[in-house]
Amino acid sequence: MTATLPDASPASLRRFLHGLPGVDEVGAHGRVAMLGTRSIKNQAKAWAIDLAIRMVDLTTLEGMDTPGKVRALCAKALRPDPTDPTTPSVAAVCVYGDLVQVAREVVGDRVHVAAVATAFPSGRASLAVKLMDTREAVAAGADEIDMVIDRGAFLAGDFALVHDEIVAVKDACGPAHLKVILETGELRTLDNVRRASWLAMLAGADFIKTSTGKVVPAATPHVTLVMLEAVRDFEQATGRRVGVKAAGGIRTSKDAIKYLVLVNETVGDAWLDPDHFRFGASTLLNDLLQQRQRMATGHYSGPDYVTID
Amino acid sequence: MSFEYAPAPESRAVVDIASSYGLFIDGQFTEPADGGTFKTVNPATEEVLSEVSEAGADDIDRAVLAARRAYDEVWGPMSGRERAKYLFRIARLVQERSRELAVLETLDNGKPIRESRDVDIPLVAAHFFYHAGWADKLEHAGYGPDPRPVGVAAQVIPWNFPLLMLAWKIAPALACGNTVILKPAETTSLTALAFADICRQADLPPGVVNIVTGAGETGRLLVEHPGVDKVAFTGSTEVGKAIMRSLAGSTKRLTLELGGKAANILFDDAPIDQAVEGIVNGIYFNQGHVCCAGSRLLLQESIADEAIDSLKRRLGTLRLGDPLDKNTDIGAINSAEQLARIDSLVKSGEDEGADRWSAPCDLPERGYWFPPTVFTGVTQAHRIAREEIFGPVLSVLTFRTPDEAVEKANNTPYGLSAGIWTEKGSRILWMADRLRAGVVWANTFNRFDPASPFGGYKESGFGREGGIQGLGAYLDAEAAS
Repeated sequence: MTATLPDASPASLRRFLHGLPGVDEVGAHGRVAMLGTRSIKNQAKAWAIDLAIRMVDLTTLEGMDTPGKVRALCAKALRPDPTDPTTPSVAAVCVYGDLVQVAREVVGDRVHVAAVATAFPSGRASLAVKLMDTREAVAAGADEIDMVIDRGAFLAGDFALVHDEIVAVKDACGPAHLKVILETGELRTLDNVRRASWLAMLAGADFIKTSTGKVVPAATPHVTLVMLEAVRDFEQATGRRVGVKAAGGIRTSKDAIKYLVLVNETVGDAWLDPDHFRFGASTLLNDLLQQRQRMATGHYSGPDYVTID
Repeated sequence: MSFEYAPAPESRAVVDIASSYGLFIDGQFTEPADGGTFKTVNPATEEVLSEVSEAGADDIDRAVLAARRAYDEVWGPMSGRERAKYLFRIARLVQERSRELAVLETLDNGKPIRESRDVDIPLVAAHFFYHAGWADKLEHAGYGPDPRPVGVAAQVIPWNFPLLMLAWKIAPALACGNTVILKPAETTSLTALAFADICRQADLPPGVVNIVTGAGETGRLLVEHPGVDKVAFTGSTEVGKAIMRSLAGSTKRLTLELGGKAANILFDDAPIDQAVEGIVNGIYFNQGHVCCAGSRLLLQESIADEAIDSLKRRLGTLRLGDPLDKNTDIGAINSAEQLARIDSLVKSGEDEGADRWSAPCDLPERGYWFPPTVFTGVTQAHRIAREEIFGPVLSVLTFRTPDEAVEKANNTPYGLSAGIWTEKGSRILWMADRLRAGVVWANTFNRFDPASPFGGYKESGFGREGGIQGLGAYLDAEAAS
């Protein structure tokens, strides 16, 4: 689509991001509504549920998190359904930086450990603090870093500041994968979502992620649609495939399958794996497990037949 | 790994199709006088669904007589408030039976169940609700202090939106106090016959709505009948012209909604992803069997290659197949005859040197099918740029400036609709002022609402349907004294 990519100068970034095609909100909502009518049944549903489980970043991001809670979460991540060993593991556990080591001890290298860093969720700290936050998490064993962008700077039009921060954090990540949280609930317009997506990708993001989960609305299908279009166009322009993570507010299997339909019909097979699409969620996993049990046994088991964490 | 959707067919169990149908005249199903019948088939499978009666001259006489009597004795004198009650009742019955009607429409027409369920049938109900609201407020509609109905209306509708076109015709006619004889298209009679049953269920007085089935000859007998006061026709320009000739010299009032060759105009600042959706919705919705379809895509040259690539990529994801499958995007062509017409126009496009591209998709073995197709390198002189194809075939032309876009968009004998895609609001208004089309969509396409008037310029017809303007076709302001 866009032939020449910008350099990192403020003027160049600004020109480029404002030159991206606009997003018509009504049209985007219409597309999502149409795809929401897709009827996914039987083996297609079973396949989608297993894929969704494999895409979950099982998350706990509370002030009250303890090593005990994180250990339990990790056990669940490894064996989501103890009654059925065919259930796949989730993609990753996602925790605050100070609990990374605890998580890594439990999961070993069987699932990824993602840490939220850069003064999550507000991002209101100096760059030095954000970089330290990142380095400590990586040193403690995180192989994925979920950073937040400076929404204030973005909304003020200081794209270069946002860009340079992402570049610096990416550098601090070393080998760890970087997911860049746009916090689309604060960016508000879909035009902003498209620009922020490109900005993050230009700065080196491995994933772009909708939300922290601390702001309402969190992930929505239309925001995810626009982000998927952005990663598709970015791959076409640069050859680099960036992943998308929809985080927050996705609680049911039905919702998760709608997201997978969105992925399938917007960017296709190439993104239908845990390396390129993730769900950031906590309660979603149990609904997926209950649906999985129902598909296997023909009846609903009930909430006491899946573990609470 | 790829995400294969399992078949998700809507159940046929909700419909009960009789082996044969009579004519609905004076509140009852009756046999045609000369016993003529014809078969109606499912275009997706060529399965015969039912036998439908062919109305002849005697049947039309009876229907007109019934409609006249109902007009004189019951419906004409009835207060608007009373008429509204019937219309509201019909609207609710349509909603209650929506699933059945959607499945029936899909079986008889070939359109995807997603469209009959989410577009056609909800709009049918909306048209009856909307016009029910007008029935007791006609004196406030701007047609004088006491506008009167016109009388008996003969209405002939096409096969592309069978029940929706019925609603567009019958709802305003009834709200204004007219009685009707409606002839559905010969390939799609079944939902009109189901509607006859809804009229009975609603206790609509006999003769207010009469449904006579048949082909072109039945339609001709109906519109030329001397007992008819008003003719409303939606269909081809060719037939529309013939009707106009046959009505010349009579006092019958006429509205025509005919063909189109709409331009969908894409500027370089358009919201490209939504514009691509709009192009798809403009020409591949209902297999392109849409009179207001955006069948000519006018692309600003600076983005033409990009837009065509995006469009082709998107067309690759369209799901063609069993219309009853809830995930189907493109259903069957309505008839062998229409398929032959599409084939011949597509061939002319190839012969005249335009570049054809069809989406890669497997066509079912039985039934009538045509893949979504795009012609690039089309010029104004090509037949595929001038004639209505009425199929899933898009002709792509380019332009350099807004003036050129307007000039090319207007350079057609038709003028039913147009679409403009740009983020610049002032340009939308500038274009809309200059486009000679009855409907201009901005950053969307093929959107319908009962409150919005619909109709054409030039050879796309005259008169409006829907909205306050649409009432005029069924009201006689001069009769008021």
